[in-house]
Amino acid sequence: MTDTTHLNGGEATAPLVKRLGPWIGLAALLVVLPMIFSTNSAIYTMNLMGIFVVFALSYNMLLGQGGMLSFGHAVYFGLGGFMSMHLVNYIEEEIFVLPIFLVPIFGGLIGLVFGVIIGSFSTRRAGTVFAMISLGIGELMAASSLIFVAFFGGEEGVSGDRTMGPNILGVDFAQDIEVYYLIAAWAFVTILLMYLFSRTPMGRMANAVRDNEERAEFIGYSQRKVRFISFCASGFFAGIAGGLFAINFEIVTEENLNAMTSGVVLLMAYIGGVGFFIGPIIGAVVFTLLQTLLSNYTEIWQLYVGVLFVLTVMYVPQGLTGILAMHGPAFRMQRLGILVVPYIRAGLPTALMLCGIIGFLEMIHHLRAAAVGETGMSLAGIEFDTHAVMPWVVVVLMGSVGAFLTKTQMPQLREAWDQANAPLASDKGVTS
Amino acid sequence: MTSAIALKGVVKSFGPTQIIRGVDLDIRQGERHAIIGPNGAGKSTLFHLISGRYTLTGGSVHLKGEEISNLPPYEIYRKGLSRSFQVTNLFPQMSVFENVRCGLMWVKNYRYSFWHLVDRERDLNRRVMEVLEEIGLANRQHVPAGVLTYAEQRALEIGIAAAGGADVIMLDEPTAGMSHSETDQAISLIRKVTEGRTLVMVEHDMGVVFDLADRISVLVYGEIIATDTPENIRNNKAVQEAYLGAEAEHA
Repeated sequence: MTDTTHLNGGEATAPLVKRLGPWIGLAALLVVLPMIFSTNSAIYTMNLMGIFVVFALSYNMLLGQGGMLSFGHAVYFGLGGFMSMHLVNYIEEEIFVLPIFLVPIFGGLIGLVFGVIIGSFSTRRAGTVFAMISLGIGELMAASSLIFVAFFGGEEGVSGDRTMGPNILGVDFAQDIEVYYLIAAWAFVTILLMYLFSRTPMGRMANAVRDNEERAEFIGYSQRKVRFISFCASGFFAGIAGGLFAINFEIVTEENLNAMTSGVVLLMAYIGGVGFFIGPIIGAVVFTLLQTLLSNYTEIWQLYVGVLFVLTVMYVPQGLTGILAMHGPAFRMQRLGILVVPYIRAGLPTALMLCGIIGFLEMIHHLRAAAVGETGMSLAGIEFDTHAVMPWVVVVLMGSVGAFLTKTQMPQLREAWDQANAPLASDKGVTS
Repeated sequence: MTSAIALKGVVKSFGPTQIIRGVDLDIRQGERHAIIGPNGAGKSTLFHLISGRYTLTGGSVHLKGEEISNLPPYEIYRKGLSRSFQVTNLFPQMSVFENVRCGLMWVKNYRYSFWHLVDRERDLNRRVMEVLEEIGLANRQHVPAGVLTYAEQRALEIGIAAAGGADVIMLDEPTAGMSHSETDQAISLIRKVTEGRTLVMVEHDMGVVFDLADRISVLVYGEIIATDTPENIRNNKAVQEAYLGAEAEHA
């Protein structure tokens, strides 16, 4: 489950334990997580994470692996969700008999069907044309969802009851923990399938078309067909994520297929790192944590997510996974220790700077949003008056002093980085 | 014997400007055929027309007797014609190994399969290693193609073009920008990987052309003015006046 672009045939001979180890570890992690984090809010957060992981990975089949920048991926997620919700209602009305745990596959098939329909014309071209068509389709579907009230339920959306399905082995999904294991099982299966897809001739050619679509045509492959197949597969997995969403929340609304949700999945994949298979997984986990935890503490959490996205695009386009991967060579040469002290010395003033910036932003927000006459605010347990000068002086000082000290630490950090990554004497000449 | 490639009255215009003006050309099966000519003569355009990158304005192209005019590049490749490019044209983020493997997958019948795991296909991976050994990049197999040296990238270009076992291989300036020693290596590589196949190449280096080619066609302003053996081309007055004389003066 590492970088999908730089692996080669050497993996064919990798021992079984090495190949299966990460998957066994992932399965074990999914089983024990709710035992460690057992509160209702933790289960809620993990359920959302699981759904977003599948959704973000499906998106990365387009962007990271196929080079298709989509602004409308929520269409397949949302349509899978709506159709799954209707199916749950049909099951409740006994029009259909289907175990609830199979509903996501139905969502996937809906995603696939719409992937085939929309992909048949949108994948003719890559680049800007594809991006614009995806944006147009996204807007079209979002507008349609408010027009076709009979199907989409208007602004209220469509709701259902997941507990009314056939009771299999005593599981009726009345408890959130039961839904957790349903989502975890589907997440495990779909992550595995999407990973395996990336290791097939089709997955490899998706990478090739991403890198150089013209060259791919001169080795026998139609770039359009490669994009189309990737697009359909991506729609299928997004539909499964939509089905899981419908089961988890028992309601699907217009918001689930509009541009905002399409933007969220782009953020998750990019922040995590689109060049790595596990990038979107990390992105989805981080985003969900920011969304659920940060939103408990601040009303402007979306601003922080936006800033994180902009900083990622500007400074670490490989995403958070890319930052981890950058440390690979130093780790293999057992030189990570060289970086510890410089990281602490640069990290402390950086934290001070961030505290200053966050304090400044929160105070501005308080000034704008607080009720008239309410001048006191609390930040990290400290009470102060936003109309007084001193708190402003303090946050500005924290920000500027932190920035200055961070800058002074950068040369040492760079030096330590070069030292940690300098090739070993035995490597010299091998990679000439 | 059927020609490997037969061009009949091939014309290509961009707007009102005619770049290729009624080219007739027969390239025999198994020969090494060089197309030479001054800059702007239309050599690369002719390559693009044969390989499907550009559509014809007029005329026809046949590959081993079968018409391939205006087919898309992937269909022409499937019929047995493979090519390299003047400007290095690889999959830069993918490893050298993956580049060659992608070049082999279609002919090994994997097509658009999403039910084979490429790392477990032993025959495919063995063949990739053979190609890498052949082009001298086996020890660079893990490196992303985008960070190879120029000469290595050119070798990989030739390797990808030849890997699929196409009967007809077209190389567009395979030694451009190389030093003398790199050029010598490239010539021996081209000889090795095109053994028993038809080779068509565009090349500016006359040393390479006269060393490698069985026959040479001279293209000047979109027209073939001569097609003959290297010896006869060297002594052809029209060619000397139109091209080789100018080359000699530059040299």
